[in-house]
Amino acid sequence: MCLGIPGKIVQVTDPENKLALVDVAGVRRQINIACIVDESHPAESCVGDWVLVHVGFAMIRVDENEAAKTLALLEELGNMQDELDAMRHSGRPDA
Amino acid sequence: MKYVDEFRDPGKAASLIKRIEELARKIDLGQARPLHIMEVCGGHTHTIFRYGIKQMLPEAMELVHGPGCPVCVLPMGRVDDCVALAEHPEVIFATFGDAMRVPGSKKSLLQARAEGADVRMVYSPLDALDLARRHPAREVVFFGLGFETTMPSTALTLLQAEREGIRNFSLFCNHITIIPTIKAILESPDLELDGFIGPGHVSMIIGMQPYRFIAEQYQKPLVITGFEPLDILQGIWMVLKQLAEGRHEIENQYQRIVPEEGNRTAQDAVNRVFELREFFEWRGLGSIDHSGVRVRKEYAWYDAERRFSIPNLKIADPKACECGDVLKGIIKPRECKVFGTSCTPETPLGALMVSSEGACAAYYTYGRTEIAKPGV
Repeated sequence: MCLGIPGKIVQVTDPENKLALVDVAGVRRQINIACIVDESHPAESCVGDWVLVHVGFAMIRVDENEAAKTLALLEELGNMQDELDAMRHSGRPDA
Repeated sequence: MKYVDEFRDPGKAASLIKRIEELARKIDLGQARPLHIMEVCGGHTHTIFRYGIKQMLPEAMELVHGPGCPVCVLPMGRVDDCVALAEHPEVIFATFGDAMRVPGSKKSLLQARAEGADVRMVYSPLDALDLARRHPAREVVFFGLGFETTMPSTALTLLQAEREGIRNFSLFCNHITIIPTIKAILESPDLELDGFIGPGHVSMIIGMQPYRFIAEQYQKPLVITGFEPLDILQGIWMVLKQLAEGRHEIENQYQRIVPEEGNRTAQDAVNRVFELREFFEWRGLGSIDHSGVRVRKEYAWYDAERRFSIPNLKIADPKACECGDVLKGIIKPRECKVFGTSCTPETPLGALMVSSEGACAAYYTYGRTEIAKPGV
């Protein structure tokens, strides 16, 4: 929960509500980007950004190296699969 | 991925360990016991065990595993409240997966679901809001859990629900805040701590300022630290360096992620939606003043505690559990009478055995075998 997972923003789907599509290790889902946008970096300019995603919210922009290191750490801690499964099965009654 | 290999540079690790040994030998605080450094965050606890960092450290110092695992400190009475909410026939109870197995006094959420309650595991509060959109005839209650790292996401989701006029969504708020908790630990009469490894991602939100009192009033060093094994070694070295030089400051080893002022958008959302409770009950630690938040009355409609009647009973921890003493660093997990016998990750009695970030679960999983040092 507290480690987050890095992903790359591939599309800004709803600039007004600050929603974007992110790719996390091949899994795509919608996230909220309110915490990483401001006047100098508006929602529209976020495509291509690497971000650290905590429970569906981008909390900070990171560089690609940092993202790769964090993904490797999550893999080694055994958290990676759990996190991706949680994303895939979120909200399903049988999950 | 060459940068990963570089970061895990075994040479760097060896050099840090050597410098840690030298400093630990030099530091003399006039105490009969080894130096005690607490890592506050459960994410750090997990890394420390996974990479065998404990075994690399000199005998002159010990790591104490702190309370920073939100699932672990959830009191039994609150789990019972979750179950009671989930058992309302109109309710869809949405929770992070980590909370499913935490034992209540009668059952866990997992057991409640097996008995017919509609409990859904969600990855994000956004997904709980989406359940409310898709099931307008049902009441979706999201179980908000965690420290400042997850608090902004809950606040922003609630604001989104308000913007869209979604009325069948509410929050059972169990968010907790780290600063009063550290303060309670520092005020503990049996405290035996010399410094802190500060949480990384909580600090990314709150920044450095809220920690200043630890240095100023309690004269203890704290170093905000990242989650890589090398980050943790460096954080430990920075705490020891302060102790060796007689300093007590708030330092930031994790500058690549933690800005000094934190994240303003996240702080604003949290302040808009939440206010401090007078006190909050912790499993193992008892009641801590101002350590939890609740929904402000301006957003009362979205507060499950106002919308539903919940038992709200205080349930004592199981007698055999010594989670509180483990959390305060007074005993080690193995010294608890039920550790590994009646309390295991499969059938946890105490909360510290539930999550992979809990000290007892980490001891149980990694503590029995020596783990190879990184790069060796």
